[in-house]
Amino acid sequence: MARYDRAITVFSPDGHLFQVEYALEAVRKGNAAVGVRGTDIVVLGVEKKSAVKLQDSRMVRKIVSLDNHIALACAGLKADARVLVNRARIECQSHRLTVEDPVTVEYITRYIAGLQQKYTQSGGVRPFGLSTLIVGFDPYTGVPSLYQTDPSGTFSAWKANATGRNSNSIREFLEKNYKETSGQETVKLAIRALLEVVESGGKNIEVAVMTREHGLRQLEEAEIDAIVSEIEAEKAAAEAAKKAPPKET
Amino acid sequence: MVLDSHKLIAASGEPGDRVQFTEFIQKNVSLYQFRNGIPLTTAAAANFTRGELATALRKSPYMVNILLAGYDKETGPSLYYIDYIATLHKVDKAAFGYGSYFSLSMMDRHFHSGMSVEEAVDLVDKCILEIRSRLVVAPPNFVIKIVDKDGAREYAWRESVKDTPVSSA
Repeated sequence: MARYDRAITVFSPDGHLFQVEYALEAVRKGNAAVGVRGTDIVVLGVEKKSAVKLQDSRMVRKIVSLDNHIALACAGLKADARVLVNRARIECQSHRLTVEDPVTVEYITRYIAGLQQKYTQSGGVRPFGLSTLIVGFDPYTGVPSLYQTDPSGTFSAWKANATGRNSNSIREFLEKNYKETSGQETVKLAIRALLEVVESGGKNIEVAVMTREHGLRQLEEAEIDAIVSEIEAEKAAAEAAKKAPPKET
Repeated sequence: MVLDSHKLIAASGEPGDRVQFTEFIQKNVSLYQFRNGIPLTTAAAANFTRGELATALRKSPYMVNILLAGYDKETGPSLYYIDYIATLHKVDKAAFGYGSYFSLSMMDRHFHSGMSVEEAVDLVDKCILEIRSRLVVAPPNFVIKIVDKDGAREYAWRESVKDTPVSSA
């Protein structure tokens, strides 16, 4: 049994933790996920693998709620996600039980990141192969937040971020186009960002919005399709305006 | 206390156990809902509660008596009697404590199935009246809570000793 105690995640001679870096590779292969924070709303969007015809799509929920005011989307190994989400949900309730207060977004992010870190420094286990985007509202101040964790166990707060496949392109797009938005504008921004790398159409994207009053709401395919058409119309109008030189003086 | 949107729990017994146990059940019922996306049925919650009491019974028992009331869309309202030695029984009417000797008799006399909310509250008031007149150490104030298709909520108070507001210095 002693042989299995050796840590799988050990330092390389040049200071890398290869297992963690390989885990990040696994994340890069996962479905794209994007999160945007608005002034009164937070939006999560995830790429959905196109129509697997026989699968019951209701079962595959990629955006999950951890508590009434906190939601999570992730990219990477979905099985690892299940375990992590379960532990986070237990921690949310446990926190409510012991301190009679709902968790803050930062607390639960710190907890999940701590869990991910533990598995980079224990014997015989491998790191979790997923990065998470955690959104929510502070239970008392109502301030919205977006956090990201990764397999190494680091976490930080973001105004908008993406993870998973082609996350660099999405992040570039967000950097260019981000501005403080609220309500439907935030949703549009998130979907526009996701459309950079995903085939357009409601059936390829899963979007959920969270507001202070109504908690997490998954958008229907029809709603997403409507917003996508709006975005495409705007894009077409912008293209037309560019092509036709402005004649007004 | 409100267990979830459509369930109420009334508990009596050892104060520490009462608070700790009911809050523990409440958080576990919440956890189930987050894990599975749908709430527990009243029967399931009652059986879970009873199971926890039973497990602890021969180690370190919880001295808590519980009445669990809930409304399920499919089966309508239901009431469960769970006592401190983990007896579970689905009932139409129940009472715990010294006041139960009087309340149960009033219920025997006045209860009939298919009572309306007003009739039911009236019966509760009759029980409260008995408790107030017959019990030497009757509690002065009562709260009435209801659970129906619209959810679990506080319905009314029956106070004989009001809270006096603290006058500021």
